[in-house]
Amino acid sequence: MFAYLVRRIIGGIVLLIVMSLVTFALFFASPVNPADFSCGKNCSPAQKKQTAAALGFDDNFFNQWADFGKGVFVGRDFPDDPKLRETAPETIAHCPAPCLGYSRERTANVTSLIKETLPVSVSLAILAFIIWIVGGVLFGVIAALRRGTIIDRGLVGISLVLYAFPTFFVGLLLYKFVAIKWGWVDIPRYETIADGGITGWASSLILPAITLAVFFMAAYVRMTRAYVIESLSEDYVRTARAKGLPARAVTFKHALRAALTPIVTMAGLDFAGLLGGAIITESVFNYPGLGKLAVQANRDYDLPTLVGLVLLLAAFVIIANIIVDVLYAVIDPRVRLS
Amino acid sequence: MTLNVSELESHGTDDLVEVEGLEQSSVAGRSPMQLAVARFRKDRLSMVSLFFSIIIVLCAIAAPILVAAGVLHPNAVHQELLGNDGVTPKGGWSGVSGSHWLGVEPGLGRDLGARLMLALTYSLAIALTATALTVFIGTVLGIVAGFSRGIVDGVVGRFIDLTLSFPQTMMLLALSSPAVLFLRTTMADVPGFGVLEDRDRATGLYVIIILAAFGWPPVARVVRGQVLSLREREYIDAARLLGASRFRLYFKEVLPNVWAPVLVYVTLLVPAYISAEAAFAYLGVAIKPPTPTLGNILADSVNYTSADPWFFFVPGIVLALTVVVFNLVGDGARDALDPKTDR
Repeated sequence: MFAYLVRRIIGGIVLLIVMSLVTFALFFASPVNPADFSCGKNCSPAQKKQTAAALGFDDNFFNQWADFGKGVFVGRDFPDDPKLRETAPETIAHCPAPCLGYSRERTANVTSLIKETLPVSVSLAILAFIIWIVGGVLFGVIAALRRGTIIDRGLVGISLVLYAFPTFFVGLLLYKFVAIKWGWVDIPRYETIADGGITGWASSLILPAITLAVFFMAAYVRMTRAYVIESLSEDYVRTARAKGLPARAVTFKHALRAALTPIVTMAGLDFAGLLGGAIITESVFNYPGLGKLAVQANRDYDLPTLVGLVLLLAAFVIIANIIVDVLYAVIDPRVRLS
Repeated sequence: MTLNVSELESHGTDDLVEVEGLEQSSVAGRSPMQLAVARFRKDRLSMVSLFFSIIIVLCAIAAPILVAAGVLHPNAVHQELLGNDGVTPKGGWSGVSGSHWLGVEPGLGRDLGARLMLALTYSLAIALTATALTVFIGTVLGIVAGFSRGIVDGVVGRFIDLTLSFPQTMMLLALSSPAVLFLRTTMADVPGFGVLEDRDRATGLYVIIILAAFGWPPVARVVRGQVLSLREREYIDAARLLGASRFRLYFKEVLPNVWAPVLVYVTLLVPAYISAEAAFAYLGVAIKPPTPTLGNILADSVNYTSADPWFFFVPGIVLALTVVVFNLVGDGARDALDPKTDR
């Protein structure tokens, strides 16, 4: 187990390093000069050059990548120029470790931008996750147990239809009608736990969380239903029934447990993906999360922020992959980690 | 001895059950394809959705022809149909009338029905091309990885991990401006790629590339799994003994046997890509009007949720219907091709 973990973590780190290289190659080897965007429209070539130098864009991508790596572990200065440090220290922005870059557009370190926006995305992800897992698994199990009946058809049909609507459509529907037109809930505006307490926090997130959850729930209902039906037809379930176990025990202890393993895998990865910000949902509801930051950064081509976000998200997914594989072994004793 | 008999018996009943489940009358041998088609045709829901998806595809094919013939006018502006504010159409229901069955767009008064029909053409073209590219990459890599195993398999496996770690939507956003610029300038200068100078074409191609670039790993995994068991079959050994080349083994011997799961994937990828295009359009990465796509009409319609709700709902419902029927066909195909399914 321990050896396995170590190996997976090393593998994850290698993957992350390769990913950062690919990301840098994609962004900095691209035909668009990031400095063009950084210093505005009326920018002389000399100014452009200076901006590029200040941001470190004048180097080749490999050196930029190395600088980035250095920043993550020991921090960096922008611009990294010893002469300037002596003559005009006030023009230098220091970015302490872990430094993911410096956004000139926002005159802030990417790390601190992420620190500001991450709580919103994480809160949203947690609430949405709770709704979709509870709803998805519950309805999925109900549909599987009542297979072929009107309840099953209804649940599967509804989830199929909900799944077909784009997230932004559902989000806007909730936003414009449920919140604004009919006024069933307050107009959604993010509130921290510190400000509004748990209930204030949850109710400020409920509409975007439902929006996200609807999409995932639809998929999870169908998935859970399929897995439960499959495991209900297994021989050991028949055995459990034959030896006289009550129906409830057969369903929950025998059939559901086997069906749960693949669902846990999916759920872990989906949750990790969501941690990095639900770009569309956050844009619809105008929540200041990672997704919104990504959209803004893209609008003015704020490369350091984009690269930082991409790598952060990738790290989430890689970590989640490792956790899920370990969880897999915990839930399913037959799985041996090797 | 007793054991043998009971084994035989159990096999016998299994076969009987299967044959009964398919069709009672004929006992003639049928290919797996024929069995699948028979199973598909027995399922009413799948047949109904197949019927509707054929209608949708026919609409998509007919739209550009009708536009060229002067029957559909997706870009004709009808200012006279707009109300006093010059934005929302006259009368309720978005100005639905005999000549404009689905009403007109607010703002310019273009016929919504005509735009949606032509949008189907563009959206389906994008989704189908992206699906073809996804399946091509996934199948080739899956076959190569599964067949050669060892280092090649490991490399493809790591490549899959790498691809899956990238946040797709964020990459789509982040790469859109440089990539589209690259396609329109550098690529358009390459002989034969001059058409890419057009903004819509470059954006469309970018969307297709992104969809395929992030969509192929599941296909590769499924194909690889199939190939791992296929490569141990006798007929592969036989082909190898006869001196078949690697290329022949991969694409003449193995490929025809992995089409079933790939086909299921195709039918499920098309609707997924249609809705992905809509999501991309909302984020501003899509073919821009006046060229209509389901995504850009829908992305425009969300500005009129309260001023013109009909215009908000119609494109959304058309998109959802399209996605639902394609998904149902995909589900039907999966059930029909998988002999283990019982409904």
